[in-house]
Amino acid sequence: MTKDTKVIELEEVAIRFSGDSGDGMQLTGTLFSDATALAGNDISTFPDYPSEIRAPQGTVGGVSGFQVHFGKKKINTPGDKAHVLVAMNPAAIKANAKYLEPAATIIFDSDSFTEKNLSKAKFSTNDPFTELNLQDYNKIAAPITSMTKEALIDTQMDNKMVLRSKNMFALGLVSWMFNRQLDVIEEALKEKFGKKPEILQANINVLHAGYNYGMNMQHTTPQYLVPAANIEKGIYRNISGNMATAWGLIAGAEKAGIQLFLGSYPITPATEILQALSERKDLGVKTFQAEDEIAGICTAIGASYAGSLGVTSTSGPGLALKSEAINLAIMAELPLVVVNVQRGGPSTGLPTKTEQSDLMQALWGRNGESPMVVIAASTPNDCFDYAFKAVQITLERMTPVMLLTDGFLGNGSEPWKIPNMADLPEIKKHIAADPAKFKAYRRLDETLVREWAFPGMENFEHRIGGLEKDESGTVSHDPENHQRMCEIRAQKVANVVDMIPNIEPYGCPEGDVLIVGWGGTYGHLVSAARDLCNEGKKVGLAHFNYINPLPANTADIFAKYKKIIVCELNLGQFAAFLRDKLPQFTYNQYNKVKGLPFLVEEIKQSVTKLLEE
Amino acid sequence: MAEFNYTAKDFKSDNEVRWCPGCGDHAIMNAVQRVMAEQGLNKADYAVISGIGCSSRFPYYMNTYGFHTIHGRGSAIASGVKSANPKLHVWQVTGDGDALAIGGNHFIHMVRRNVDINVLLFNNKIYGLTKGQYSPTTDRGAKTKTSPYGTVEDPFIPGQLVLGSRGTFFARSIDGNMKMSQEILAEAANFKGTSVVEILQNCVIFSHGIHELITKGDDRENKQIYLKHGEKMIYGVNRDRGLVLENGKLKAVTIGQNGYTIDDILVHNAKDNDLYLHSALINMTLPDFPVAFGVIRAVDALTYDYAMEAQIEEVQQTSKIKCCDDLFRSGNTWEVK
Repeated sequence: MTKDTKVIELEEVAIRFSGDSGDGMQLTGTLFSDATALAGNDISTFPDYPSEIRAPQGTVGGVSGFQVHFGKKKINTPGDKAHVLVAMNPAAIKANAKYLEPAATIIFDSDSFTEKNLSKAKFSTNDPFTELNLQDYNKIAAPITSMTKEALIDTQMDNKMVLRSKNMFALGLVSWMFNRQLDVIEEALKEKFGKKPEILQANINVLHAGYNYGMNMQHTTPQYLVPAANIEKGIYRNISGNMATAWGLIAGAEKAGIQLFLGSYPITPATEILQALSERKDLGVKTFQAEDEIAGICTAIGASYAGSLGVTSTSGPGLALKSEAINLAIMAELPLVVVNVQRGGPSTGLPTKTEQSDLMQALWGRNGESPMVVIAASTPNDCFDYAFKAVQITLERMTPVMLLTDGFLGNGSEPWKIPNMADLPEIKKHIAADPAKFKAYRRLDETLVREWAFPGMENFEHRIGGLEKDESGTVSHDPENHQRMCEIRAQKVANVVDMIPNIEPYGCPEGDVLIVGWGGTYGHLVSAARDLCNEGKKVGLAHFNYINPLPANTADIFAKYKKIIVCELNLGQFAAFLRDKLPQFTYNQYNKVKGLPFLVEEIKQSVTKLLEE
Repeated sequence: MAEFNYTAKDFKSDNEVRWCPGCGDHAIMNAVQRVMAEQGLNKADYAVISGIGCSSRFPYYMNTYGFHTIHGRGSAIASGVKSANPKLHVWQVTGDGDALAIGGNHFIHMVRRNVDINVLLFNNKIYGLTKGQYSPTTDRGAKTKTSPYGTVEDPFIPGQLVLGSRGTFFARSIDGNMKMSQEILAEAANFKGTSVVEILQNCVIFSHGIHELITKGDDRENKQIYLKHGEKMIYGVNRDRGLVLENGKLKAVTIGQNGYTIDDILVHNAKDNDLYLHSALINMTLPDFPVAFGVIRAVDALTYDYAMEAQIEEVQQTSKIKCCDDLFRSGNTWEVK
């Protein structure tokens, strides 16, 4: 670093890469995140993109973004607002103006400020910054398009191909500003473009051009130092929630010594789970891309019936189609994991946006008395833990398990401390051993779990199905038997409580307000609770990963606070569930359904308001 | 291969059979149980899968593994069973409503994938379990409870649906013809791939006599042709009728009349990959033609379940990732010390 450079030391920074949905912003953000994790920072990322693959160029609706938040302290969220915006065109500035910290730095492609682009972004003047009231912001105009062309003047590539490397210029520049190592990025580029040497070289050239531009222009470009975080020792990798889910399922199957079979149908934002598992032929994973959502789950049920671990992955609309088949697995008492990566609903809704509005569907969206274990992951990397847990519960208790994640978790990524398989808990299957004692629905013990016998096992031949049955599996229309079986199935799910840990509140163990959340909002809620506690407020957070059944001590914890506020990305589904299960408490609510994660600030405000009431 | 000495009785479960007296299902089940006994394969390796409908009660009556699932999804569930464990002998029992209406999508994709499943498609051209509504194979104009003035739609021809889905095996039989059914079912069982056997089944309550024109009467042999691979397409009470190809079309002729000799009669080739003749045979209807029975198409092709396992084996031979610990540490990782 030369003396000219203004070095600013920061505890944490959020950078948002933003451009047209074809500008490669997701790749840029991912590469920067990987380099940042390797630099020792804790990170959290959030991609935000339109559902159209290539939305109209230059328009606000077509803007695709990728936010990465990193720092020297524990980073729980991708950041409410960005400290640095990289904008590839005027539309990106317009789309993101309200998501910027006051006086944020805006790096923009000055070549893109043409009359045409300004008009596509619906600016009425040629000064978008004034129009958006961003005059005081630290604006860095970089001629990204022309510098990219300049860097590739000697190549044979056509103009269109050349311009596709623009994102690398921005990445190089930001890498200089934050002192990221280019060799890490180059390695990743080699992996991606290794088979296309010309494109690889172009990307590397432009990356360096961007980096050098930052260095040469240092009198106008500040450089930032974000010291490494104090992170637990171990081997790490970056992982997205969907990848972590896929790997947690594989780990559970390996631990249980059972073949993993995924029946699925592509659907945003769950498709990556199907993709990740279809890569794992080496681990013997079977994936069946079915003709529809229903066949996805039905092939999985067929696989479970045949003695494998059947899994299906989907998002809300797909879950609706799977309802009848889930009930078959509940009735037949077969193992099955249903992963629902929630998105904005109802109907097709907001496919690429996040929401927690499938909770009621997960709990109740089926005909008849249809109890189901429902659990929820709360960070991208604990998707691994809860996928593993889902496998454990379904195999040990012979009843289907619903794992809820969401688009925010599925697409978001963060560093993951790689576990050793030897350290993960054992998973015990209940395979039938004695044909003389075997009955299809004989209960082993107080857990009410049944023994499992499947085709291929000699002398255990039996019939099961979706009709009500008695202990032997024989169809029964007897009224007393039906009531008994309904109660047994409900009790069986309730008994899972002995497999789940107590809830431990974060922050004050008792006090004025308990924030209650579940699933993917953990990062924002814990950040809000931390800040409020630091301000001396008596606030705790009870964040739920186990919804049905609830942890055994839930009521005891709730009783320790004067007020409860349930915060969720829907109109109050968990609050309604709690009112049903624990009606002795009063539940305040903070709800948001904008297809976006919470902001830490809005949680703090609503809790503060409740404290003052 | 007959390692196990079973009789048909060994395949009967102790569940009381509750089909109506006189229902065609009884005869079909007897044929299936006899064929399974003859096959001499381990009883524990059979998985009989069904959806919903009268025919779908079938698994309960079989002393094998059985799974009575949900309406229309039998093909998908059976595909999962077979793909998960290709060593199993998977039989799907279904009807014209279950397979071709609510389960149509799963049916055609199972056939397209060529999953090694034996499919018994009971076709009685009616919804029996819901008491008499028209189905996707009900003839145009038929009066049923939901078509009191006659239907205004054309039915599926199941064999055509199989061909259109790139099916490798299609056969047709009659519930009451035990001998033919057993021969066909044995061929279906031995065939690797989705073997669809359409069985013309008589519902004594809601569509009684629906196939009678074909299946009854002293002259019924003039109205049926039992096709066998490698044999001449000859039929008739006096075995003097046959099929010839003329001007690119099938024609039913009498041998010794109008100059047709035995040499003009076609030889059935079920293994011909070309759809042309198989399609024409499937389409034959009274009165111009006899109705085709027997194994009409049986073309060797790679099965889905086999290909899936072969690909896994191939990848496993070269991949460096042998377990989860390998996977988690592959690619970009870093150490925090």
